[in-house]
Amino acid sequence: MLTFDKMQIVQGDFRLSADFAIDPGAHVAIMGPSGAGKSTFLAAVAGFVVPQSGRLLWRGRDLLPLPPGQRPVSMIFQDNNLFPHLSVYENAALGMRPSGRLRGGEPDRVRAALADVGLAGMETRKPATLSGGQQSRAALARMLVQDRPLVLLDEPFAALGPALRVEMIDLVKGLCTAQGATLLMVTHDPGDAARLDGALCVVDGGQVSAPAPAAAILANPPAALRAYLG
Amino acid sequence: MADRAQPLNLSVWAGGLAAALILTLTLGTIAAVLARAEGSFALGAGDLAAIRFTLVQAVLSGVLSCVLAVPVARALARRRFVGRAVLVTLMGAPFILPVIVAVLGLVMVFGRAGWVSGALGLFGLPPVHIYGLHGVVLAHVFFNLPLATRLILQGWLSIPAERFRLAATLGMTPRDVARHLEWPMLRATLPGAFMVIFLICTTSFAVALAVGGGPRATTVELAIYQAFRFDFDLSRAAFLALIQLAISGAAALLALWVAVPQATGAGLDRTVERWDAARPGLRVLDGALIILAALFLLLPLTAIALRGLPEVLSLPAGVWQAAWRSLCVAGLSVIVTVVLALSMTLAITGLRNRALAKGIEVTGYLAVAASPLVIGTGLFLIVFPFANPADLALPVTALVNAVMALPFALRALVPAAQEVEARFGPLADSLGMTGWHRLRRLTLPRLRRPLGFAAALAGALSMGDLGVIALFADPDAGTLPLLLYRLMGSYRMDQAAGVALVLLGLSLLVFWLFDRGGRVDADL
Repeated sequence: MLTFDKMQIVQGDFRLSADFAIDPGAHVAIMGPSGAGKSTFLAAVAGFVVPQSGRLLWRGRDLLPLPPGQRPVSMIFQDNNLFPHLSVYENAALGMRPSGRLRGGEPDRVRAALADVGLAGMETRKPATLSGGQQSRAALARMLVQDRPLVLLDEPFAALGPALRVEMIDLVKGLCTAQGATLLMVTHDPGDAARLDGALCVVDGGQVSAPAPAAAILANPPAALRAYLG
Repeated sequence: MADRAQPLNLSVWAGGLAAALILTLTLGTIAAVLARAEGSFALGAGDLAAIRFTLVQAVLSGVLSCVLAVPVARALARRRFVGRAVLVTLMGAPFILPVIVAVLGLVMVFGRAGWVSGALGLFGLPPVHIYGLHGVVLAHVFFNLPLATRLILQGWLSIPAERFRLAATLGMTPRDVARHLEWPMLRATLPGAFMVIFLICTTSFAVALAVGGGPRATTVELAIYQAFRFDFDLSRAAFLALIQLAISGAAALLALWVAVPQATGAGLDRTVERWDAARPGLRVLDGALIILAALFLLLPLTAIALRGLPEVLSLPAGVWQAAWRSLCVAGLSVIVTVVLALSMTLAITGLRNRALAKGIEVTGYLAVAASPLVIGTGLFLIVFPFANPADLALPVTALVNAVMALPFALRALVPAAQEVEARFGPLADSLGMTGWHRLRRLTLPRLRRPLGFAAALAGALSMGDLGVIALFADPDAGTLPLLLYRLMGSYRMDQAAGVALVLLGLSLLVFWLFDRGGRVDADL
């Protein structure tokens, strides 16, 4: 369980509170108007934003005292997901060890992860030589290598075309299912949420709503989400 | 942002230590000089004259550079021609040009026996004089006209193209465009350009040493040198040092206050489409201005090349020994600059205490207002009881050169490092990359270009430096610029031209090697 226990984030006039739990292995889309705090919410889970009060628990363990690198979290950002001066392999290897120096069977696991996302044979390429979709795949390979139980995605595919986005969401869903990871994905596209076909949290009015089945919410959106979807 | 996983704790210490070293060198050395000073601090007539001359020549240099730069920048902004990019790049070069080389070139063109005087002689006119106020101002304009041109050109190119299109659809004449578009830009750009040149000229030493001097053309820096070297009058040297610090400190604060424009060099390769400037008369005017500016820049260097080239191979062995010493000084200076600048940069970007970070940054920029001669004098007094200062002349020169290059290195590194943190900091945090691994896998690779540029600047500035070395080097074991100065002093102009050519070539080579080293294979 990922438990938000009366967690409240305060940044100047901005306030956001969450008080619910997410089941292990759930796939949760997070939607809401821009500026409502979707990314801030995710950043609090990742450890980039410190909540003012409340607790954040993973399997009963308080995450808030931990720095980002020590949380059971792997994260994919909107952009700058790959270090441009490192090869695809080196980027993915950083998921294994922050030093990038691997030993034993670790290089094989990195190569296997790259094959899993469809990047076999591209290990030595630099990110700049990859297409947008391939860059996303490389970041997903690193996520696989990290093998953390919580996967956070902050609109990672926003720059991709519709068909490619569907492909990447299917891929990420498959990978998380295979690893049994809990997935939280911020998106502004109801199509993404529908494709993920899991739960949906709505961020609006300083509140993150408890997750509910995405299909049901999208079929009959609450007022705030309806205004946003238009 | 949240608790970062204490990125690079060690670097915070290193940065603090570097800042402490800079403080010791800039302010501590003044204290060292003051401690040894005896007698009262009274300003003599000569000191007052030095202060007045320092201010007058700096104001004149700043005003002339800016006034002349405006039409040149306008011509460059609105004309496209073959070689434009080369010319604009060339205008960045005086910064790394050894001062004494440029002075020699100017003497060869504008001096008593120079080309201009020769041409005037054909018409029965008297030769021009280069020594004194005109010479100092001429040399400063030579160095700073290109800088001013680049700064103002940047201003011109920052006017959105749409405005000029709008002006064209409204049928504006050049005069209207000047009033509505160009003058407001100049009003915003010129004060900053003037202040930065004024600041540079207040600390002028080598130019004043070579073409100034005497009771009517001595800067405060030169007066410090004379007080120390000729009179060994420490209290006067210390007092003048404080005056120098006050002048350049005030100028630096003013420059900060008027917000100096940044000559990044980025985007200067385009021109503005101008529908109002298509008249033939304006074309001819712009063309003439560009040619004049290019000649002003290139003639002195051409004079050195023409006269120096035949000499290079027959230069005495002592020249090559001096060249080797110069390279060693430059190499040492590069190492010290890079170590200081990098540790300070990491501390500035890594510290969560913003006030402390700002303090370290300001300390690094302090060197702009510090006088190399004062630092040199202070170090001389500190090492005097333990060692023969002449033995330490080269390392001390390298150290002082490094401190002088530090502000420019920080200007290149700090914004770049902040950008790396902004772009990749969260990813590195989420991967748990801290300490040495973060430095090796993220920071250093991303900073290669600015590091290479900083090292290149430090190397070239140190190669060409004629400051501290003049204070206490053994004349026969000095650097190339010192040797060149002595040759000029004894009017051996042919040999001087040969040495100048070697010095120029080595400075450019050092710059190119380091700058290139940062660029090769650097992934964006």
